[in-house]
Amino acid sequence: MAQTTNTEDSPKEVNSRRDFLRKGSAFGLIAAATGAAGLASNQDPKKSGEKIKVLTTDGKVIEVDKPVDDCEIEPCAPAKGEAARQGIPGRSFVMVIDLAKCKNARKCVEACQEGHDLLPDQEFMKVHLMKDNPDAEPYWFPKNCFHCDNPPCVKVCPVGATFKRTDNVVLVDNDACIGCKFCVSACPYSARIFNWEDKKSYSDDDPNYSPETSVPGQHGTVSKCDFCVGRSREGKLPYCATSCPMGAIYFGDKNEDAVTNGEETLRFKQLIKDRIGYRYLEELGTKPNVYYLPPTDRMFPYERGFNYLSEEQVEVMKNSIKSK
Amino acid sequence: MSSNPLANQLLDENKSFMEKPSFRWKVSVVALIAIFCLGLYALFLQITEGHLITGMRDHVVWGVYIVNFVFILGLSYAGALIAGIFHLGRVKWAIPMQRILKLITVFSLIIGPFYILLCLGRPDRIFDLFLYPRIQSPIIWDVIAIVTDLIFCIVYMYFTYIKDFALLRDNSERLNMSNWRKKFYRIFALGYKNTPKQEKLLNQALDILAAIIIPTTIIAYSLLAWLFGMNLKVGWHSSIFAPFFVLSAVYSGVALVILIMWIYRKSGKLENTFTDSHFTHLGFALMVLSLFYGYFYFSDYITDWYNMQKTYGSLWEKYLDLSQYGIAFYSSIFLITFLPAIVIGIPWFRSVKSIVFTSGAVLVGLWVARYLMIVPVLETPYLPIQDVRPDWVNYSATWIEWSLSLAGIALFILFFIFISKLAPIIPVSEMKEEQEEVKLDLSLKTDQA
Repeated sequence: MAQTTNTEDSPKEVNSRRDFLRKGSAFGLIAAATGAAGLASNQDPKKSGEKIKVLTTDGKVIEVDKPVDDCEIEPCAPAKGEAARQGIPGRSFVMVIDLAKCKNARKCVEACQEGHDLLPDQEFMKVHLMKDNPDAEPYWFPKNCFHCDNPPCVKVCPVGATFKRTDNVVLVDNDACIGCKFCVSACPYSARIFNWEDKKSYSDDDPNYSPETSVPGQHGTVSKCDFCVGRSREGKLPYCATSCPMGAIYFGDKNEDAVTNGEETLRFKQLIKDRIGYRYLEELGTKPNVYYLPPTDRMFPYERGFNYLSEEQVEVMKNSIKSK
Repeated sequence: MSSNPLANQLLDENKSFMEKPSFRWKVSVVALIAIFCLGLYALFLQITEGHLITGMRDHVVWGVYIVNFVFILGLSYAGALIAGIFHLGRVKWAIPMQRILKLITVFSLIIGPFYILLCLGRPDRIFDLFLYPRIQSPIIWDVIAIVTDLIFCIVYMYFTYIKDFALLRDNSERLNMSNWRKKFYRIFALGYKNTPKQEKLLNQALDILAAIIIPTTIIAYSLLAWLFGMNLKVGWHSSIFAPFFVLSAVYSGVALVILIMWIYRKSGKLENTFTDSHFTHLGFALMVLSLFYGYFYFSDYITDWYNMQKTYGSLWEKYLDLSQYGIAFYSSIFLITFLPAIVIGIPWFRSVKSIVFTSGAVLVGLWVARYLMIVPVLETPYLPIQDVRPDWVNYSATWIEWSLSLAGIALFILFFIFISKLAPIIPVSEMKEEQEEVKLDLSLKTDQA
C-alpha cells in the first residue's frame, strides 16, 4: 500500500477556484494519505528533481520523483463539461462512516455547507437520529449521497444531467439539469436537494462551474453531495472527512484498498470485514459506495448529540424515534 | 345535396352553435378567461420568484401539479379508449356522444402536459427533453407516449369532423352562414363530397385510427403509471399500478362524459339526443367500473397492509389517522367504490340527476385518490424526515397551485365553449335511423328534469 504524509498544503494559485473553495483548504491540512505512488506510476508527472520515498504494495521502499505541484491528479482543476463525466482513471472512491464515533457534532454538515456554498437549510450531509428497534439505543447516522453503483436517480434522469462515473462518483451537471426533480423522488435515501431559492451566488454561466465542485449552484436545479472529487484532484479529503472532530468519516479508494480519516489510514477490506461494515438498505440493490461501521461500543451517550441542536430540533428527533 | 335527410333534420334542430352568443355565454366566457388569467399571473410569479412560493419542497417534490397531470391525462386516455371501443364495436346508441369523447381526449391531452411542465425547475430548458433524451427515463417514455397519442387523437378527432364540415358547407346558403364559416367549412371539409368511394375511404381511416388508438392509450397510460411504479418507493413500487391506472382512467372518463352530456342536454335542448337511456347505460358502466376499482384498490392496499413492512406502516398510519389523511381517505373510498353501487345499483335512487351527481362525486373522489396515492407516499421516505420546518415535512398546496389548477379547468371549459360554436356537439352526419331504435330494458326511475 502506498502511503505518504504530505503535510504541506501550499495555497499556491494552481487553479482558478473560487474564494470560498480556497477557504476550504484550511480543512485540508492533512492531504490524502492515499496513493501518491500509485499515481506516480499511472501518470507521468513532470520532473521536479526532488525524490520522495514511498512504500509499494509488496512492501518495498522505492524512491520516486516528487510531483511538481501539490495536486495529485492531472488535471488539477476540477473537470468541466464532458470531461467531468469521465471520472478519474483508476480510481474507485469509497467512504466508510464509523457510527460508534459520531456524536452529532455537526461539523461535517457545516464544513460541507461552507465548502459548497449552501444555504443554512441545505444539507448535502445530514445527521439523522436512528433507532433500529424499540429496545435498541438510538444512534447518530450521518448520511450523504451514497454514490450507488446501481443508482436509481441516474436511471430516471430524462436528459442525462446526472451521471455515474468510472470512479464510482454520481454527479449532477447543473448546466444540463431541467429541474424535473424525478431523481429527488427516485432516491431512496433522500440524498438530493433542490435549489428552491434564488441566491445571489447562483449563476447560470460561471466559467468556473464544475459538476465536481457543485459550485456555484443554479437556481431551479438539483444538487447533492459530490464526494468532493474536485478536492480529490488536489489530494484533499472531502470537507466532511477533514472536519469531523471524531475522525468518524473515512474516505479512500477501493482499488488501493485504503481509507483514511486524515489521522489514520486503514485497509478498506479488512476494516469492513473486521467491523462487519454494512451499507444502508442493502436489500434495495442500489449498491452504495458508502459503508457504515455499526454503532457498537459507542464513545458517547447519544444524548450528548442534543447539545448541538436547538430545542425544536431535539423535539423533532425525539418524536421521530418514538416507538409506536 | 346531402344524401342523408336525417342529418339535415338534426342539423336544423341543433343550429344553436350558429346563434349569436347570448349574454350568459359572454359572461361565462369572460369569467373563465379571468380565472385563466389569474392562473397566468400565478405562473408568472412561480417563474420569477421560484418554486419556493408553491407548496413543493425537497420531499414532496411535485404535489398538486402531478396529481392534475395524472388525472387530466387519465381523462384524455379514457376518452380515446372509450371512443375507439364504441367505434369498432359499432355501438349505435353511443354515436351521439362520440364527439364529446374525442373532444375530451384532445383538450385534456393539450392541457395535461402543462402540469408536468409546471413541476420543472428550469422550464427554459424544456427542449432538452427532445434534444438530449435518455430512453431509460420514464419521463421520456411519457414524452413519446403523449406526443404520439396527441398526433393520433387530433387526426382521429378531425376525421370525425370532416363529414359534418361537408354537410355544413353544403347547407351554408340555406342556413345563412357568415362568410368566415363558409370559408372555414369549405377548407376543412377537404373536398369531401360524400361519394361512396370517399365514404369508404374515410370509414376505413376511422377504423384504422380507432384500432391504433386503443392500444396506444393503454400503453400511454401504463407508461404514466410506471413514472411512479418504477420508483423504489413504498406505496408506489407495485406491479398493479399500470392496469390500475388504466382502469381508473376509464372510470373517470365515463364519469366526465356523463357530466358533459348532462350539461349539453340542459343547455342545448338535446333531450332527444342524449336520452335517459344514455345516462342509464353509462350509469351502469360507472357502477361496474366502481366495483372493479374497489377490487383493484383493495388488492393494492391489502397486500401491503397484510405484511406491514416498516415504512409502509408509517404510510398506512397517515392514511388512517383522522388528523392527517383519514378524512380524505375514507371519503374518497366511499365516493369511488360505494356511492355508484348504492345510487345506481338500487333502483329507488336511480335517476338522471342522481347519476349525474354520482359522476361528479366520482370525479372528485378520483382526484382525491390520486392525491392520496402521490403526496403521502412522498412524505414517507425510508429515512425519517427530521426537519423542524413544518412545510418541509408536510405538503400543503399554496394559492399558486390552486389557481393554476383552476386555470386548467377553465381552459378545458373554454375549449368546449368555443368548439361548440364551430359545429354541432353531436356528429350529425353519423346519426342513422337505427339510432332511434335503441331498445333498453333497464328500468329508470322517471325523472324528467
